[in-house]
Amino acid sequence: MARVLLVEDEPNISEAIRFILSRDGCDVTVRSDGAGVVDLVRSDRPDLVILDLMLPGVSGLEVLSGIRADPAMADLPVMMLTAKGNGRDREAAERAGVSRFMTKPFSNDEMRAAVRDLVQAR
Amino acid sequence: MPLNILVIASLAYVICLFLVAWVAERRADRGRLGWLRSPLVYTLSLSIYCTAWTFYGAVGYAARSGLEFLTIYLGPTLVFIGWWWLLRKLVRIGRRQRVTSIADLISSRFGKSNLLGIIVTVMAVVAATPYIALQLQSVTLSVSAFAVPGEDGSAPPGTEATAIWVAGGLALFTILFGTRNLDAKEQHHGIVTAIAVEAVVKLVALVAVGIFVVWGLAGGPADIVARIHASEIADWNLQPGRWAGLIFVSAAAVICLPRMFQVMVVECADERHLFTAAWAFPLYLFAMSLFIIPIAVIGLERMPTGANPDMFVLTLPLAEGQGALAMLAFLGGFSSATSMVIVESIALATMVSNHIVMPIWLRLRPAKAVSGDVRRIVLLSRRLSIGAVLALGYAYYRMSGGSAALAAIGLIAFAGVVQFLPAIVFGIFWRGATRVGAALGLVVGFAVWAYTLFLPSFGPDAVIPAMVFVEGPFGIDWLRPRALFGVDGMDPLIHSLFWSVTLNTGVFLLGSIVTFPGPVERMQGAAFVRVFDIAASGPRGWEKGFAETEDLLVMAQRILGDDDALAFFEAEAKGQGKAGYLPDPSPQFIARLERRLAGSVGAATAHAMISQLAGRATVTVEDLMAVASESAQIMEYSARLESQQAELARTAGQLREANEKLTQLSVQKDAFLSQISHELRTPMTSIRAFSEILTEPDMPPDMVAHYGRIIHDEAKRLTRLLDDLLDLSVLENGTVQLNLGLSNLSQMIDRALQAASHTKPERSFIIHRDLPMENIFLRTDADRLVQVFINLISNARKYCDSDHPELRVVVRHRAGRVTVDFIDNGSGIPKGKQALIFEKFARLTDQTRAGGAGLGLAICREIMANLGGTISYLPGQGGAAFRVALPLRLERKAA
Repeated sequence: MARVLLVEDEPNISEAIRFILSRDGCDVTVRSDGAGVVDLVRSDRPDLVILDLMLPGVSGLEVLSGIRADPAMADLPVMMLTAKGNGRDREAAERAGVSRFMTKPFSNDEMRAAVRDLVQAR
Repeated sequence: MPLNILVIASLAYVICLFLVAWVAERRADRGRLGWLRSPLVYTLSLSIYCTAWTFYGAVGYAARSGLEFLTIYLGPTLVFIGWWWLLRKLVRIGRRQRVTSIADLISSRFGKSNLLGIIVTVMAVVAATPYIALQLQSVTLSVSAFAVPGEDGSAPPGTEATAIWVAGGLALFTILFGTRNLDAKEQHHGIVTAIAVEAVVKLVALVAVGIFVVWGLAGGPADIVARIHASEIADWNLQPGRWAGLIFVSAAAVICLPRMFQVMVVECADERHLFTAAWAFPLYLFAMSLFIIPIAVIGLERMPTGANPDMFVLTLPLAEGQGALAMLAFLGGFSSATSMVIVESIALATMVSNHIVMPIWLRLRPAKAVSGDVRRIVLLSRRLSIGAVLALGYAYYRMSGGSAALAAIGLIAFAGVVQFLPAIVFGIFWRGATRVGAALGLVVGFAVWAYTLFLPSFGPDAVIPAMVFVEGPFGIDWLRPRALFGVDGMDPLIHSLFWSVTLNTGVFLLGSIVTFPGPVERMQGAAFVRVFDIAASGPRGWEKGFAETEDLLVMAQRILGDDDALAFFEAEAKGQGKAGYLPDPSPQFIARLERRLAGSVGAATAHAMISQLAGRATVTVEDLMAVASESAQIMEYSARLESQQAELARTAGQLREANEKLTQLSVQKDAFLSQISHELRTPMTSIRAFSEILTEPDMPPDMVAHYGRIIHDEAKRLTRLLDDLLDLSVLENGTVQLNLGLSNLSQMIDRALQAASHTKPERSFIIHRDLPMENIFLRTDADRLVQVFINLISNARKYCDSDHPELRVVVRHRAGRVTVDFIDNGSGIPKGKQALIFEKFARLTDQTRAGGAGLGLAICREIMANLGGTISYLPGQGGAAFRVALPLRLERKAA
């Protein structure tokens, strides 16, 4: 059973994603802000981290950089979500080492397929 | 006739002239010029055109070549009748620029170039020397004509002795009256008056001889006409080319001859005299030429073959025993010769002194210039120059042996001075004429004239070897002096005239087109060409070497600019109690001027310039003018550069500012679009995800209901966001329609509290109000104001983090304005964020709790601006505190 950590500040969106992925057999943990996420990932070792880009407090990019800074988590799959249709954000995320970048709104199939890919590639 | 009587008569005549000149000078000194300034005197003084050459030579010319002598009178006649406007311009320029000679005119026109002055002076001296020799020759010839019999046994004086006495006497006379003083205008009233008297004498003498010939020797007009018809003079062939050439030469010469320039321009007391001279001088010439042919015809008839026809005027009465008439004729010839020599030597001496002697002297003895007694030096230099010119004439006379015919020498001299014509005519009518062009034209014309006419006139082997005439120099055939460029068979005079004037003009034009005039040249060019357009300005006569106020003004104008300089000079003049722009050059004034100039060019330069102008240093005035002119131009140029630079900098600054604003706007727009995108995509993500979930099979009904509710909420959030955006857009554009009316403030607050009571999280809020204070009527848009209140109240409800939330609504009104404060008891807004809260999408906290798009306060700010009021955050109130301020009565369209 794949363990997924979802960091998303919009409660409705995180509820939807949790529902979609749970049905696909994932164990989804939800956090609504970026604070302490890096430590949580280090101790918890999820199979996949899904990060919203715009988080209150610590931003998604900062969390991603924190994860990639640790050699032990260098190839941990991290998927980034954003509602800002901005090319610059995608570039910044790719530079920071994101595994997959997805723009909101997404289709549920798209989300499921992406998660499967990332988890299986591991 | 005894020689003694002749000598006594001559002396008496000279003493008489002396007295006339002396009286005229006295009257001029006392400022009582009276008839001395009459146009008649001016016209008569112009008659120095008629020298001994015309007095004696014209008869000889007629005897040899028939009517051709008339060309010498026709040229000036045409100029005075047809070209008086050219003479008028010359006279105007001469007076305006204080021109002292023809060399000064040309030098001054082309940037005060002393090189040109020297060239013209040398040319004038070379061309005039044979002419002066000619006058000496005519006097000695006429004396020897009397002396031949030697009745009383005394040996006739040698011709050399006569010539030297005449030359010496003329030098003395000229020095006495020509260099008596150095007044500003270089005018010699004594000399001019004496010349006018001489003009009358020579006319009377010639006419008297003519009348004697026509009515005494012949039988009246009818008889003389018959005799003329019978004589060989009637058979002379007219050579059209030579006629045209000679008319041109004499016409040009009357403008270019140094002595004509002297009397016509320099001595001219009043420009209007030209109008009289325009008809009176041709009339004089007509009278002078009237009896030439009769005298020549009778002379040829009666005088023995081989007699010199040049002397018929004198020898004919002598042979007929008319001693008194012969004496009159002698005095007429003497007058012609002396007047020409006197004026010519004054003109040449002025040129030699000003353009050759003084510059050399100043360069060699600069220390002497400091003493300030330049006048004495100038006078001495003039006197020496007069002596030198006459000595040169005498030397030429001795060397040439006095053999050539009078008319030939005269024409050669004419052709020489004609070389000045292009420089003068183009100089006063064409601003593009340049110094280089003038110098080249003069030198080339002079060289061609000398090579083809002047030097050959000495005869083969005298200067130019006879071989050169036949084969050309070094065997170069096309350089033969009499057949330049292979043009053979032309009359030597016309040949020389054609080539010299053509090459002169061609080179002059070419040089002027190719070169560019310097600043002083341009200035002078404009002053000459536009002499009639330019209002009288200070004349610039520098040659004396000491400062005059006009000179200082000209200098100051070059440095300070016209307006400043004139203002400064006017103020100074007023300080001295004088009207106008020209104060006395007192030491105090000069010191102040120096300080003023120092402000523009630096103290050292200003001091140097003033020193120069005060005649205390060695740099030439031309250099100074050039320096001043250049520095003014450089300053003007640099000032223009500076202003252009400042303008560029200003423009660049404006552009940078505009660019920054655009960039900022662009960044803001990007950020705004990005924010809107985020705000729209977020609810859409939930809606899309849940609506897809709802399509899945076997969903529990409670889940379906729950997700349906989420979809509904998010759809409402989307709608609210779009409403807010549209609202903000309308408010920001100022296109909002205000619905003004009287409303009770208390009721508006009630409405707002009511509307905001459902704001989540719904919790109990204690509201403090001051109802009596609230009970006022406002004239405003009630709905919009309520919208602001709702925003503030719901913000308080959303964000107040107190466990027992309270909200105080405080109303004050004063001086037509109302303030409504909303103060809660939460932790308030951190200081650093207070400036941000009214910006769009400036949500400070977790939006889950806020629920809005972050446009609320931005909308409030726009609404208050539309209502003529403000909304601001009140720090230090113990919680979040907002103050709404607005006018009690909003007049229509206050926003």
